[in-house]
Amino acid sequence: MSCERADTVLHGYFDNELDALSAADFERHLAECPECTRALEGLKALRSSMNAAQLYASTPASLRKKVLGDIHSASPISRVRSRTSVQKRWSWLALAAALILMAYAGWRVSSVYRGANHEEVLAAEVVDAHLRSLQPGHLTDVVSTDQHTVKPWFDGKVDFAPPVHDFAEKGFPLEGGRLDVVHGRTVAALVYARRKHLVSVFIWPTTEADSFPRAGSLQGYQWISWRKGGMEFSAASDVAASDLEQLQRLLTQ
Amino acid sequence: MLDSQDQVRFEALVLPHLDAAYNLARWLLRQGADAEDAAQEAMLRSYRFFPGFHGGDVRAWLLQIVRNTCYTWMEKNRHGQDMTEFDEELHESPSPTPEALAIASDNRERLTQALESLPPRFREVIVLRELEGCSYKEIATITSIPIGTVMSTLSRARRQLQLALTNPGRKEANHEL
Repeated sequence: MSCERADTVLHGYFDNELDALSAADFERHLAECPECTRALEGLKALRSSMNAAQLYASTPASLRKKVLGDIHSASPISRVRSRTSVQKRWSWLALAAALILMAYAGWRVSSVYRGANHEEVLAAEVVDAHLRSLQPGHLTDVVSTDQHTVKPWFDGKVDFAPPVHDFAEKGFPLEGGRLDVVHGRTVAALVYARRKHLVSVFIWPTTEADSFPRAGSLQGYQWISWRKGGMEFSAASDVAASDLEQLQRLLTQ
Repeated sequence: MLDSQDQVRFEALVLPHLDAAYNLARWLLRQGADAEDAAQEAMLRSYRFFPGFHGGDVRAWLLQIVRNTCYTWMEKNRHGQDMTEFDEELHESPSPTPEALAIASDNRERLTQALESLPPRFREVIVLRELEGCSYKEIATITSIPIGTVMSTLSRARRQLQLALTNPGRKEANHEL
């Protein structure tokens, strides 16, 4: 037999995360529940042995030196440049990215979502992932303008079925798809063309409710994020904000 | 370049958390050398994003970047191996007695091995809570777990850590990520 609270509230109590009322309530329960009492002892034992073992990894001096060196000498731009490689097809894009980063470097990002760090980090990641994809050979893993080719390609590669549609008639032809990593998880990425520009649309499942699109710009790139039907969408591109909104509407239809 | 004022602010606000950055990277990647590279990359990314940082919990902000850098790292370096979902059967096993735990965990190496045997999603909450002393709110920010599930994730992670300590022979968790 196990007490349900030993797997839940007990941890909040142990970590001092309960409000005073819940803590008092749990203490009353603790007094008469041997299961929770025993589990609490176990947690205390675990914590004290972890403390005694001094598991905190100490930072190598070499790392500190490298980081200081990075800050003092290497500008963010040099990294992007060094990534630029030989294939001519994308080199202008990489150069554009470098120029935009250079422009960004002296410029403070002013987001409408001040303080919304999570959103900013997500937007930065999506823009980063989009920039990364412009490196040679990284744009698409499956090159096809046929949604019936792209959609099954994701089967078995991600544990959800991203909606894949071609919007060529509406001015957003599908270029292909790939896997990417956003926020530490594997996501489906669709690539759409818009005139001479490219748009990356990242899609992953969410348990949160549908939301209206939120948009912004970062490093000269536009991004837009929204949730619909259990999927989170986040798109990034150097197209105009209105183009991105248009694609957003097509994708949510 | 960031302007010199930003650079000074970065050094004053973010740099003091380099230890936290390295510690998280070390436990997520389990390799000192990888952790050093990933932490360096994360610091550089945070430096680039820094103009967009508008105050608040700077450690949580940095660790979020470190974590994402590490997961990208893991994805790149271990193709085709997905994260193991929590083994419910393991979850059903009775928890070890405090006495058994005290004996089993009285050993740094054994603790290290046990912690490293956990899936990254469990390892990180343990590291953030027990080593870094993060609040549930900070853990939620860093790991993108909804705040409501931090407690249950920690509970499952601790359970699995306790089991790994008292059953070092069990390898279930080793094929993760």
